[in-house]
Amino acid sequence: MYRFEFIYQLIYTEMLWKIAWKNIIHKPLNTSLCVCLLIFGVAIISLLLLIQHQLEQKFERDLQNIDVVIGAKGSPLQLVLSAIYHLDAPTGNIKLEEARKIMKNPYVKEAIPLAFGDSYMGFRILGTTEDYLNKYNAKFLSGSIFSKSMEAIIGSDVALRSGGQIGSTFMGTHGDSKGGHIHENHPYTVVGILKKTNTVLDQLVLTNIESVWQVHSQENAHQSQLDTIHASSLDFDHDHKHTHDHEHTDHIITADSMEITAILLQYKSKMSALNMPRIINEQTNMQAVLPALEINRLFYMLGIGATTLKFIAGGIMLMAGFSVFFVLYGRLRERKYELALMRSVGYQPRHLFSLLVLEGVILAALGYVIGWILSRIAIHFINQQAENNHNLQFGKEWIPGEEFLLILTFLIGIISALIPAWQAMRLDVSEIISEK
Amino acid sequence: MIQTNNLTFQYQGQPLISFPDFKVKGSEALLICGESGCGKTTLLHLLAGLRQSLSGEIKIGEDKTSAFQASKMDQFRGENIGIVYQNSYFIESLSVLDNLLISPYSADRERAMIIAERLNISDILLRKPNRLSVGQQQRATIARAVMNSPKLLLADEPTSALDNKNCKQVINLLLEEANSNNAALVIVTHDDRLRSEISACIDLNSYIN
Repeated sequence: MYRFEFIYQLIYTEMLWKIAWKNIIHKPLNTSLCVCLLIFGVAIISLLLLIQHQLEQKFERDLQNIDVVIGAKGSPLQLVLSAIYHLDAPTGNIKLEEARKIMKNPYVKEAIPLAFGDSYMGFRILGTTEDYLNKYNAKFLSGSIFSKSMEAIIGSDVALRSGGQIGSTFMGTHGDSKGGHIHENHPYTVVGILKKTNTVLDQLVLTNIESVWQVHSQENAHQSQLDTIHASSLDFDHDHKHTHDHEHTDHIITADSMEITAILLQYKSKMSALNMPRIINEQTNMQAVLPALEINRLFYMLGIGATTLKFIAGGIMLMAGFSVFFVLYGRLRERKYELALMRSVGYQPRHLFSLLVLEGVILAALGYVIGWILSRIAIHFINQQAENNHNLQFGKEWIPGEEFLLILTFLIGIISALIPAWQAMRLDVSEIISEK
Repeated sequence: MIQTNNLTFQYQGQPLISFPDFKVKGSEALLICGESGCGKTTLLHLLAGLRQSLSGEIKIGEDKTSAFQASKMDQFRGENIGIVYQNSYFIESLSVLDNLLISPYSADRERAMIIAERLNISDILLRKPNRLSVGQQQRATIARAVMNSPKLLLADEPTSALDNKNCKQVINLLLEEANSNNAALVIVTHDDRLRSEISACIDLNSYIN
């Protein structure tokens, strides 16, 4: 007997699904409004979750353990965005001479100088040292670190886009924009290709600082001075080596008159990381910024916007819930004969209840699936819009937190269907059939 | 086989109705006649278990259905009773075939095909119900009523909206289907045309008042 019960249940369910589904597509105009509302609610929230999650992840990953960023005076946020994330133009340049004083400070654990060069296919060419690679745990897919000027390492995205290989050469384009002036006399040679790190490194072309100087200063007619510059002339070592090679003194002075763009600092203690910036800001014409603080502020500001949007999307979801309710409840009147018929061919009240809830669930599922897809399509277009900015590309994967949206959507479908379902369950079949 | 015993019913604030006892065997037919408002439809709904009687007993086959719980009655009705209402009811969004298969106790496509063949509606099975003529709707309703091989076939004014020709056709179909399913056929009507087709008749008018 129990076995039969079970089979009946299965048959019930299958036919109920069919009736529920056919009912929804039978009069699409009635149901399309509430599905549309659900779609937009889901799409907006999904998109927000996706962007917020990926931005936070990206910003956190790229920050590594950089305590302080030093650069030219200007907007602190701009400095952070340009020096760490390469999302913005730099605030200006700083004198290497002044920068070196800070880099040699005994409280400094690690200091990485950055010199912004040109761009290649929209990817920034960044002059730096090997420390920068180590900071992001870079591994070589092939090749090795640059050993002399005009040698370059390319990040994985750059390699993918440009098809660059070891030994191939390319020219930098002046500035960050495409179509700028091309430095034709100074080809870079690719000596290394990095594995994907999922950090800002993937979208950078790295070279030594001298290369950046060489390309630019020659343009600025400092050719004679710079011909003498080579890698060993620079001392970025914070250990303050007094055993420095004196025959390079002239070159160091030459280099000291040169400029770099920013320094990424890691201090030995958090205390000095908090104190140093104040001193630097007061006593030099450079600025020191705590990037974590700036990023927190940025997220706080973005968060206000995101919260507003979430409220709007929540409102849309609420309206969607009401519209599911109205569609199911409103059609109850015209469907009561169908429901009475179902009772007279053997369905029990609880089956009618499930039928209506099932319809709510199907509407919610439609809304969720299409909304989710729509959010991914939106990401695709956002990526296309930001095509020039390689650092702002979003993935389309499932994001933690989306399961709550899924549950929320289904809850909306179920809860909106509860009252109509209750009404359907309590229909007096005999009365409905007698009244006609 | 269906048998009733001392059936009574009372609507809120209205006089008690007591119905005559009757017994219909398989393949037999009974007319229940009477003016509108004499309680014909109420009796039919009592037999179908759509309403609960105040007192008395209904026995269908070996089961005393008047004692069934509501949900048990729904299941019993699905398994053992076929009903043809005065109006044709369909689920508009489903095809005629799916409407035949609608009951959880009669999801047998082959049987649906055989019955559709017998009732001459094979060629309209894939249409939507609202595309059918009144006659086709009536036949589809009868087809659905016998999908579960019922022990009891109930019909409520099945011919009142039909002309003479269709009336005769429908009553013959009902008799044939009751016969081939060995079902007891109970027809509630005030249509005198049926008296010439079915001899057994209870006139409710004479019991009320």
